[in-house]
Amino acid sequence: MGMTVVEKILARAAGRATVAVGDVVEPAVDLAMSHENAALVINQFVEVFRGTGLAPAVWDSSRIAIIFDHRVPAESPKTATNQKKVREFVAANGIAKFHDIRGDKGGICHQILPENGYVRPGAVVVGTDSHTTSHGALGAFAFGIGATEMASVWTLGYAVNVEVPATIRVEVTGALPEMVSPKDVILHLVGKLGAAGATFRVLEFHGDAVRAMPTSGRLTLCNMAVEAGATAGIVPADAETLRYLREEAGVQDAVVPVVPDADAVYERTVEVDAAGLAPQVACPHTVDHVRPVGEVSGRHVDQIVIGSCTNGRLDDLATAASILRGKKVAAGTRMLVFPASGRIYQDALAAGYVADLVRAGAVVMNAGCGPCLGVHEGALGDGEVALSTTNRNFKGRMGNPASEVYLCSPAVAAASALTGVITDPRQGGAR
Amino acid sequence: MSAAKVILVLGDDVSTDVIYPGRYMATVLPTETPQYAFADLGPFNARLKAGDVPAGSVVVAGKNFGCGSSREQAVSTLKGHELVIVASSFARIFLQNAINLGLRLVEAPGLAASEGDELEIGAAEAVNRTAGKRSAVRPLPAARQAIIDAGGLIPYTRRRLLERAGGR
Repeated sequence: MGMTVVEKILARAAGRATVAVGDVVEPAVDLAMSHENAALVINQFVEVFRGTGLAPAVWDSSRIAIIFDHRVPAESPKTATNQKKVREFVAANGIAKFHDIRGDKGGICHQILPENGYVRPGAVVVGTDSHTTSHGALGAFAFGIGATEMASVWTLGYAVNVEVPATIRVEVTGALPEMVSPKDVILHLVGKLGAAGATFRVLEFHGDAVRAMPTSGRLTLCNMAVEAGATAGIVPADAETLRYLREEAGVQDAVVPVVPDADAVYERTVEVDAAGLAPQVACPHTVDHVRPVGEVSGRHVDQIVIGSCTNGRLDDLATAASILRGKKVAAGTRMLVFPASGRIYQDALAAGYVADLVRAGAVVMNAGCGPCLGVHEGALGDGEVALSTTNRNFKGRMGNPASEVYLCSPAVAAASALTGVITDPRQGGAR
Repeated sequence: MSAAKVILVLGDDVSTDVIYPGRYMATVLPTETPQYAFADLGPFNARLKAGDVPAGSVVVAGKNFGCGSSREQAVSTLKGHELVIVASSFARIFLQNAINLGLRLVEAPGLAASEGDELEIGAAEAVNRTAGKRSAVRPLPAARQAIIDAGGLIPYTRRRLLERAGGR
């Protein structure tokens, strides 16, 4: 019987010829990623070794990546102390894939891993972050785990008791229209599947719209697979994957794509008509509460946010800059932009996007998770409305349960910044 | 069968932002996270902090409880109060974190309950004695039960570590 991409990856990583849905396997981990919550992982890791007479030792320091992104620069003495503790652990254990708070090499973990070539097709990637699903964009099986599970991986080098998930095949057909982006595809899909519609499932993306999509867009697709409850999203590696790894991630060594068998068994197939898609907006307070932009246009927006692991990449900033160039953010609306990495920030500077955005009135912040998770910057006032290219709009997500968050693409966010109300970018932003 | 009182009833898609808001994520110790449980549900948080909620009290919710972030604080904060969560379904990472840390979850699809109701929770069935309703309980997959039986993922991993050190 044929296998899906994830079944093939799990079979290889578990040292088996084949696996089937429901099998319990213990796959060897190729990359184990954490951010600031490495502080908690370290506590649990030390706890594992307590009373064993063994000194705490990670299984393979070259397979551990730690990236500071959630609270950068530190918003409190507590965070700064956690970061200090992680730095000490990194130094003591020789963890080279460490990205500290820096303007050149820092950034959001889900951008740092791909752009540095840490993720390869066929790899098993675990991360103490739910949006670890992003890395499926490179044909890897990547899923989120908790801190204690990561402590277990650091100890053993494999993930214990993983059930092989069923796979849903997603066919995205046709070409995306002007001003319609991968974000609109995934918002539409999450709306269609529901917030728990793919729980314990993998979303395997196919179709000409996906084939034509650059890796940046595939990262957006896979990033939000978890918003439908999916364990992982994955795009089978192809020529674009190879191009990205060679040209953008500097990978020199052999890359071996893993593709599904022709007779792979899927739980079901879901189709998305890309050509007929309008820009989409997820309304408060669930990500699956999705409407075409036309149904919510005109809603006043207090704060526009462009950035995050979902939409903080160079093409996202290019889209925003092209809409805002030579124009002004509407009075009564503020706009925050945070690039996904230091490299993207530098590229956006060189391309003039940062100047376009700043002259239009946007505040360009340092690379990192920014206001997305409501920790330390860009908070909303009571009754305020945000329109954001991030990935979650749960009550309280941006730090204030008395506010509302709408989710959209960079084009919708930028067009709306010009008008101060939710605006369809196909109709032009400025009034 | 164990008997317990329903202390809070919530709907579908209760996110980790509701259970443990992101602004408290710099707090990681299980001894410190319980103070922020349901921090934005002010009155309930106040009852928890006042020690007004007995261990074993039940939170009843709909589908997809624990959706969102992988933050383990969302589990340690509930575990700290020894709450039991009865829901129609759970989000994957939250479910795994709960098993790893020993938070008791019960998947009882469609069990109707109101605050103050008395529940009896067994291995196969949950019964609302107050309302006279019952629901089947979905058992956890055997692979996950092994971690619970070991007392959580830390002792489970420790055992594997010692087996490896001893040459398994």
